[in-house]
Amino acid sequence: MTAVAKTPTAIKAKQRPGDRVFSASTVFAGSLILVILAAVALFLIAQSVPAFAADPADIVGGEGFWSYVAPLAFGTVWGAIIALAIAVPLSIGIALFISHYAPRRLASPLGYVIDLLAAVPSVVYGLWGIGVLAPAVVPFYLWLTENLGWFPLFSGPVSGTGRTILTVAVVLAVMILPIITALSREIFLQTPRLHEEAALALGATRWEMIRIAVLPFGRPGIVSASMLGLGRALGETMAVAIILSPAAIVKFALLQQQNPNTIAANIALSFPESFGLGTNTLIASGLMLFVITLVVNSIARYIVNRRKAFSGAN
Amino acid sequence: MAVTTGARPFANSLTAGRLPRGATFGVLAASWLVLLVVFLLLQMGGVTENYNLVGALVLGTVLFAVTLFAVSFAVEGSRLAKDRLATILVTCAFVLALIPLVSLVFTVVTFGAARFDPQFFSYSMRNVVGQGGGAIHAIIGTVVITLAAAAMSVPIGMLTAIYLVEYGRGRLAQAITFLVDVMTGIPSIVAGLFAYALFVLFTEPGVRMGFGGAVALSVLMIPIVVRSTEEMLKLVPNELREASYALGVPKWLTIVKVVLPTSLAGILTGVTLAIARVIGETAPLLIIAGFTASVNYNLFSDRMMTLPVFVYNQYVSQGQDAQAYIDRAWTGALVLILIVMLLNLIARIVARVFAPKSR
Amino acid sequence: MNITRFGGVTALAAVAALALTSCAANETGGAAPAASEGSTDGGSALSGTLVGIGASSQGSAQEAWRAAFQTANPEVTVEYSPDGSGAGREAFIAGGADFAGSDRALNEEELAGTFGKCAEGTSAIDLPVYISPIAVIFNLEGVDELNLDQATLAGIFAGTITTWDAPEIAQLNPEATLPSSPITAVHRSDDSGTTENFTEYLHAVAPDVWTEEADGVWPESFGGEAAAQTSGVVDAVTNGNGTIGYADASRAGELGVAKIKVGEEFVEYSPEAAAAIVDASPEAEGREENDIAFEIDRTSTEAGVYPIVLVSYLITCQDYQDDETAALVKAYVGYVASEEGQAEAASTAGIAPLSSTVSAQVSTAIESIK
Repeated sequence: MTAVAKTPTAIKAKQRPGDRVFSASTVFAGSLILVILAAVALFLIAQSVPAFAADPADIVGGEGFWSYVAPLAFGTVWGAIIALAIAVPLSIGIALFISHYAPRRLASPLGYVIDLLAAVPSVVYGLWGIGVLAPAVVPFYLWLTENLGWFPLFSGPVSGTGRTILTVAVVLAVMILPIITALSREIFLQTPRLHEEAALALGATRWEMIRIAVLPFGRPGIVSASMLGLGRALGETMAVAIILSPAAIVKFALLQQQNPNTIAANIALSFPESFGLGTNTLIASGLMLFVITLVVNSIARYIVNRRKAFSGAN
Repeated sequence: MAVTTGARPFANSLTAGRLPRGATFGVLAASWLVLLVVFLLLQMGGVTENYNLVGALVLGTVLFAVTLFAVSFAVEGSRLAKDRLATILVTCAFVLALIPLVSLVFTVVTFGAARFDPQFFSYSMRNVVGQGGGAIHAIIGTVVITLAAAAMSVPIGMLTAIYLVEYGRGRLAQAITFLVDVMTGIPSIVAGLFAYALFVLFTEPGVRMGFGGAVALSVLMIPIVVRSTEEMLKLVPNELREASYALGVPKWLTIVKVVLPTSLAGILTGVTLAIARVIGETAPLLIIAGFTASVNYNLFSDRMMTLPVFVYNQYVSQGQDAQAYIDRAWTGALVLILIVMLLNLIARIVARVFAPKSR
Repeated sequence: MNITRFGGVTALAAVAALALTSCAANETGGAAPAASEGSTDGGSALSGTLVGIGASSQGSAQEAWRAAFQTANPEVTVEYSPDGSGAGREAFIAGGADFAGSDRALNEEELAGTFGKCAEGTSAIDLPVYISPIAVIFNLEGVDELNLDQATLAGIFAGTITTWDAPEIAQLNPEATLPSSPITAVHRSDDSGTTENFTEYLHAVAPDVWTEEADGVWPESFGGEAAAQTSGVVDAVTNGNGTIGYADASRAGELGVAKIKVGEEFVEYSPEAAAAIVDASPEAEGREENDIAFEIDRTSTEAGVYPIVLVSYLITCQDYQDDETAALVKAYVGYVASEEGQAEAASTAGIAPLSSTVSAQVSTAIESIK
């Protein structure tokens, strides 16, 4: 991966004090992450145990922890998947526009404009979502249910206020757009110039050049960026809590009054009034969110690692 | 960059023609015009109640894409047609992303302007009921807490990334990579709970302090810094490192003088995004930094107000004169966005100044 | 050294310097001790910080009380975090807060335990200081007035009455022109005292329709639209059409407010009617002398009462370990329960001032705090 790995023989470089101090401090920083995470995990697990061990009847809903958390987990994943489905194609398009289509002088300011979206705090997205977006999409949703209602995702009855999981997914998509775009853009810009020029020299159109040179080079980066975005979408709290009209149900329909709630939003909504076992249950559901994100990230890491040819320009 | 219109290979071709230069914009204007007229007729015919400008423009753009693709396919062949379609789609993606941005900025600025006055930046909320008051206490809190969080997480995150890319071998590096992934998944509210549980151990129950908020934000920020820095360091060509070693430069100096400056712009983007990500966090700060109406400079004692909490609180606990609270909430949001923009701008300038060469 | 870090820190430091040079104009030099006529005995001699955590329902009222109290006693800082009732009670029990705000009184289990800030062997007391009517708000084009009886109200929120022109509603509102549009019933998505009081009312007056017990979390089986916090419900009702919801009356604003049937009459909420129902309700039994908790009589048919109210309590120690805290709490809670305090919150937060009987009872209890 890096230069040192390639030194074939056992010739040892001279160890300078500067080297020792620097490498020691990087190891220390790395280990600190181990410590922090161990502390968080210990705290989470210790606080969750009472919820796992409790009598099912004592948990909210009366059917035990797992049936309490299942619809929430579903809502979390479902909302994030829709958001990702909206955001990834858009982000790749935007990143390509900035890196390969826009006039060069405009590229940097345009990138800045998209980064602005990341500057908006989630509370503001929440206020915007409930005050501007939700009322604006109601007629569109109405049209969808009337004309495409046969398609299960768009089945009615439509919500009268537009505060559905689709609206939330759109807001989440807008929130993760700048993350995916910024990282994809950087990676597209790193595409070796020779690859691009070789493709063009062979007579490829701009789109063909992008397809055969830019996208394959950037794919692991896109996956990695998307997963970073997914991580944020899964854990997003305040915007979802403010916009969504939630219920503890499992439902795929996108436009109805009752929508599956997400774990994070549920914690935010229920935590202030919770006490005793209720608090433990909420923390245990936080642990579940943790596990879900972990699984998602591991999959992403696996995909990235499978295509290791990703270091340096050669 | 090799950005030339892709038609060159066909310039000399005898079998395939080319669309004239102004074709793209001509077709776009024509499609919009057609749909605008169609919708006008629909409205006059009484089919629709109001004039649907948005619908006309959206459908017009769709018509434009289809027409141009068809015309180009007939005249220029499938490859160029696809190229044109790709250009249209990519541009549409960009324009589409601008819509929520413009709407958001418009909303925040119009609502936020109501209270964007000197009083907002010089008053706290102490002894203020109803109208008036300001957010100086929240601005100070946000700046101080975010500063503390960045001061903790940027060094840790960058050193970790350097370890992973430049030094890391074997078990420890694998474990850290894995754990950074795990850390990305910590929900913000859980980070707040963790910070609370941690500080309760050392102080009295019900503790609230700004530093706790900084710790919670660090937990969220570190993995983002590590991830983005790692990604950028990996992109530094190995030739640069090898050239540096060949000149006898020690490894640590190679990293500091060659690797880091090369990837500086990307790293700064990552750090800025990380700051932008945490500066708007509400949930953990609500739990550990608490809520107050007065100014507090001390990170280590008493409650500290922050802007996101201020915005949320003004929205949630509106009093009888609700408009005053809503106005303060939007102005708080506006200020928060301005702060992040300012940070962004500074990071960009710094990147330009320190980067070895512009791309 | 590390250039990035240097850059970032400089940037932040510049912003910080900008912010730090300015001070809150209303905190320095200002706050002239306006010796208001209302300052309690030796009020301005008090100093220190008082920390309260609790119900968000009390948030805006606490804001008004704090402002007035701090103006009268410039050396005192009163904090109130509207984190929620549960958080408030927990923090108070653990000793993390000097007083708590709670949408329900402490239960027997909690009272049997110990309290962090209280002297050993003594217990905590509940003081009802915040009475707020819960209004049934609606937004329906062309309809400004709406009469609802108990079963119809429960039916609408339980999802059994689904359109505005349903016979149950039409029968109660013969003069209104009701559209056939569907009803969107909006409820709170968070765990809240408002929901608990509202569902308690529905269950008490219409047990056939509203089969679930009172709970702070809306029962999922009844469906409907959910929104976060009072502001969310108000926004959802305002932005939709054909919507109905319940919220603190102070937040009803321009929205239509339904009249609720009590006895034979349809009653609109009013502060007096809300205070009256508390007067008409019995106190919870088996409590210490100074521990005041009401069991609201939701089914009351007395004239002039409005039964959908939220009563929120301040929870304090009967006997504080620390005498200074005790003096501060006594002065602050004394102000809150006083006539001016109640009037102040009534004008800024729309609460219903305590009736004179309840007020006297609470004042006696506050006098006993030491």
